[in-house]
Amino acid sequence: MKRFLIPLAVFFVLLVFLGIGLTLNPRDVPSPLKDKPAPSFTLPQLEQVDKTFSPADMKGKVWLLNVWASWCVSCRQEHPLLVSFSKEGKVPIVGLSYKEVRGDSEIDAGKLSPDDELNLTRRRSNAWLAARGNPYSVVALDLDGRVGIDYGVYGVPETYVIDKAGLIRMKHTGPITPESLKTQILPLVAELSK
Amino acid sequence: MKLRTLLVCCALLFAGTAMAKEAAPMAADVEIEKRMVAISDELRCLVCQNESLSGSHAELAQDLRREIRKMIAEGKTDKEILDFMVARYGDFVRYRPPLKPTTWLLWGGPFVLLAGGLAALIAFLRRRATEIAAPELSEEEHRRAAALLDQSNS
Repeated sequence: MKRFLIPLAVFFVLLVFLGIGLTLNPRDVPSPLKDKPAPSFTLPQLEQVDKTFSPADMKGKVWLLNVWASWCVSCRQEHPLLVSFSKEGKVPIVGLSYKEVRGDSEIDAGKLSPDDELNLTRRRSNAWLAARGNPYSVVALDLDGRVGIDYGVYGVPETYVIDKAGLIRMKHTGPITPESLKTQILPLVAELSK
Repeated sequence: MKLRTLLVCCALLFAGTAMAKEAAPMAADVEIEKRMVAISDELRCLVCQNESLSGSHAELAQDLRREIRKMIAEGKTDKEILDFMVARYGDFVRYRPPLKPTTWLLWGGPFVLLAGGLAALIAFLRRRATEIAAPELSEEEHRRAAALLDQSNS
């Protein structure tokens, strides 16, 4: 009897490990930026053509940085939730438009001049926000994705929770779901806002 | 049908130019390219996690390769470039992560499993050796065995 019990026990232990493995998301790579200062940058704004945005502008506030692009399918899925959440006014959401033109495989961005690329980015982003609602207090335009690299962006959408001191307190990869908003982001924002 | 062939040809044509664009810097500086490939071979592409950064066609991989080329041109050392990547994407980007408390299990795990397997094998072999030890036969049993052998021989 014992000789059957041991393999059976080993089998169940294996089963438990494999079961845990199934619930983990291999895409969710822990960010080394957690609890580090949000990398600084200065990028053109979407709203006001002659103004720029920099994370330093948000000092003293808890805020979310949401990386998106109009070509990103998951952003489309996430967007309605962001819009309704932003209406609650709990926390400002800053958009980082990530490679709006270059990231779209249908456009050959190499043929565009930098000015043309910026203008096209503005046009496309504005059209998208006009059609689907604008949850952002301000949108910074990262044309070549260089700022995205500093933030360790590897798949849009991504969302960062940044505290009053300018430290990244959480990174959420992939579209925000009502559940992740309720169980992870909101409690953290509430705690940081104290 | 003809239109489709034409479209396919066009697509192939553009695929060619797209690749040429990516490969263009190669001719410019062979040394930089060689170092870039060596460094990016050590790095994982986060978009398609089982591909190295040097072999991936993902957009982010192209951006990061461009970034590596730039850093090499700026005279950064290989270690500085690896640190740059780890600071942004974590130890996960390295195919050979450094040995530290969070990676002990990763590096040591296989050896622990090996040791466990060997211990189990040795225990099993020892037990079997005692089980197999020839049982003592009594007079009576010897006779029966001899009779049976005789029977089968005839």
